[in-house]
Amino acid sequence: MSVIVRLPSQLRVLVGGEAEVAVEAHDVRSAIQAVEELHPGLAARVLDDEGKIRRFVNVFVADEDVRFLQGLDTVVVAGQTVSLVPAVAGGC
Amino acid sequence: MSFAIGLQCRECKATYPSEALFVCEICFGPLEVQYDLAAAKGVVTHESIAAGPNSIWRYHDLLPDTGVGPVDLGAGWTPLRRADRLAAVLGVRELYLKDDTVNPTGSFKDRVVSVALSSARRLGFTTAACASTGNLATSVAAHAAAIGWPSVTIIPADLESSKIAMAAIFGGTVIAVEGTYDDVNRLCAELVSEHPDWAFANINLRAYYAEGSKTLAFEIAEQLGWRTPAQVIVPLASGSQLTKIAKGFRELDELGLTTGAAPILFGAQAAGCSPIAQAFAAGDDTVTPVRPNTIARSLAIGNPADGPYVLDELRARGGDCGSVSDEEILECIGLLARTEGVFAETAGGVTIASLRQLVNRGSIDRDQPIVAIISGHGLKTLDAVVDTATVTHTITPSLAAAQSVLSPHLVMETSS
Repeated sequence: MSVIVRLPSQLRVLVGGEAEVAVEAHDVRSAIQAVEELHPGLAARVLDDEGKIRRFVNVFVADEDVRFLQGLDTVVVAGQTVSLVPAVAGGC
Repeated sequence: MSFAIGLQCRECKATYPSEALFVCEICFGPLEVQYDLAAAKGVVTHESIAAGPNSIWRYHDLLPDTGVGPVDLGAGWTPLRRADRLAAVLGVRELYLKDDTVNPTGSFKDRVVSVALSSARRLGFTTAACASTGNLATSVAAHAAAIGWPSVTIIPADLESSKIAMAAIFGGTVIAVEGTYDDVNRLCAELVSEHPDWAFANINLRAYYAEGSKTLAFEIAEQLGWRTPAQVIVPLASGSQLTKIAKGFRELDELGLTTGAAPILFGAQAAGCSPIAQAFAAGDDTVTPVRPNTIARSLAIGNPADGPYVLDELRARGGDCGSVSDEEILECIGLLARTEGVFAETAGGVTIASLRQLVNRGSIDRDQPIVAIISGHGLKTLDAVVDTATVTHTITPSLAAAQSVLSPHLVMETSS
């Protein structure tokens, strides 16, 4: 079983319009890299020049913000979903 | 006529037409509405504004295009109250309350929702939606009801009962999520991609929505005779309100409509959810998310979208950010009510308690004018005060019983 990477509408054009991509990965970093290998261009939209998660992108593993976990090193296991979500939202 | 000309990314400055976009296609940065202020200068005047309606729409030239006309319940043009009795207690010379408790659904959210749904209708959306800590859900549901739109409002399940009732009464779909507001927000940010015909006021309509908060700055300036106040203190949740108040004052200055320097802006947070205050105090440029735990539910956003921009605005002119306990919040809801006759929700208690804290710290100049934003009505958070705000005496219906508790001393005490 593989890991599901879920994409926001803004990134779906990069993967042929799909909302999800299934990849083999062991952490968030390798999941993003695996999508990049299938669909070049994704990593640059999600990661900055230093390879860190962009300021306006939130990444969730099993609905938990990876900033509360181990960031790009957060472990993912088969069947889990890595969600990429624009950070700009919400509140007063 | 709106002088809006399009959208621009705050981060990389890429520009876009005034369409249904909310993040930069290149860097995911937030988009802001841009105006042709050069063209507006001399056309938008004190007189043209004064000739408009007694609502936020008197500033329609400086708000996004509404197409067929605004979705309008009458938001804005709320009182700017001189607060001398509270000023005396706090030891400040000139204090004003921007009293947004009197908006149609009881909070400043009516400003942003009126703008958001007006843009949503122009852009062809058919359903109103939002992620909300309560006030926004109420305002979205009410404005949607008024134009016959369905609404879907999504809130944390453990909100105050009064806020849930207010959101539900307008007949839309209210979905309670077992989680924090940040969980709700994340869920909605994903739902946006699945429901392209839904206008989430504070997500895919956010660029337009946020513009509504500028009207707080516009009204404050106009109500002070087109003079800028020296200092403004603003409650912080996502931080959008503060950054848009700053933008509002900048636009007025560019149009030559105000005298006086740009105000020094101050933030107000509850200690139980103070990611921006913590980042400010630590000298950080970014905001580390926190898990909220405060009675100030309308401000309980642990991952504030506009946090970095708030830090920039606070530092631009020597501002500061308060962080106050739940006890101080409750105390200051009472203080505000007893001194000024204004009943604020918990966010108002945060603002007044932070004002007191920052005056005592010396960050706020007690000799210069101050405007405090009171963003929502106390009826929205009755749960927070019902234990302490209760009857003074319970008596039998007899004159003797009444006289026995109403000694002259007691009457004096309660009226002072």
